[in-house]
Amino acid sequence: MTMTLLQSLLMIAAAALGTMCTRFLPFLVFPENKPVPPFILYLGKALPLAVMGMLVVYSLRSTPVLSAPYGAPELISLAALVAVHLRWRNMLVSMAVGTILYMVLIQTVFA
Amino acid sequence: MTEKSDHIPRHDTRTSILSSARAAFPLTLPIAFAWFFLGLSYGLLMESKGFPHWYTALMATVIFAGSLEFVTVDLLLSVFNPLLAFLMALMVNARFLFYGLAMLTKYRGTGPKKWYLIFGLTDETFAVNSSLEISERDAARGASRGWVYFFVTFFSHGYWVLSSLFGSLIGASLPFSTRGIDFVLTAMFVTIFLDEWLKTRRHSSAAIGVLVSLGCLLVFGPNAFLIPTMLGMLAIFSVLYWRRSASSASSANSSSSSKDLLS
Repeated sequence: MTMTLLQSLLMIAAAALGTMCTRFLPFLVFPENKPVPPFILYLGKALPLAVMGMLVVYSLRSTPVLSAPYGAPELISLAALVAVHLRWRNMLVSMAVGTILYMVLIQTVFA
Repeated sequence: MTEKSDHIPRHDTRTSILSSARAAFPLTLPIAFAWFFLGLSYGLLMESKGFPHWYTALMATVIFAGSLEFVTVDLLLSVFNPLLAFLMALMVNARFLFYGLAMLTKYRGTGPKKWYLIFGLTDETFAVNSSLEISERDAARGASRGWVYFFVTFFSHGYWVLSSLFGSLIGASLPFSTRGIDFVLTAMFVTIFLDEWLKTRRHSSAAIGVLVSLGCLLVFGPNAFLIPTMLGMLAIFSVLYWRRSASSASSANSSSSSKDLLS
């Protein structure tokens, strides 16, 4: 550690403050005692699924699709996950199948 | 197991809280699993850089945002610059602004708990809470929405802090290979996305989210695509909203007076 304790604690406080700004801002701008503008209400309905789609892409953003194995482990695992979920509709089972298959694939077949 | 009562169930606060905790717990299992290993690696990293255990736990508690904490480790090892740390946090976590907008109405009316819910808004708690549906069985036991949100956040926060501390304490690698374990987060997002997709009839907003993200990922690359994606989605939804209100205004003039733009 090159900084003093106080300095590094201030750094952490600054990082925490920045994070809290992003979390609290929407709720402070639109408090409960005031009516929310209809456009923001519309966003509140439209955004969750869109953001979930963004999270899917975000979590796959570093997949190397242009070099071997061309994203094959991800594709195979997610295809299995989707198939299992369509069949049984059990979230935990679907996630477990996708994850375990992926771990097995990258540690053996695509190692 | 459950008490059977013929009269209308009336739940005191304690029963309601316990039922909510019980309803929330299984929802957080994938988070527990994923964060155990993520927190562990963060703890190991902090330990390897020479930070004390309490320090690792403190940072995990107050920042509670995985990716930023890894960034902050680097910042702490460079020069003292709180402004940089602040701006870095704003940029890395800008997506939380969107989660707030999406949860604005859902988190309404949850009382003082709301401040903790907002404090604990992460990718994962957002994913679970925004798609939350309380089963009839849990509702009959007295589980309430606000408390289930609370426990999803609280349990997740706990997993993160404890696993970070654990990683910092053991200070050595695990005896088995965990390579690929972080895929559990992708699996969780895909499963929730798919489940929501199957439950809704209109898929336009889901499609917009995926297509805009993919487009921006191709153009801006993996490290800089989130902000353009969010701006792009905002622009598209503004246009859709504007067109929708224009068309409903004209139909209101001609025939019925439909006020609800959202339905």
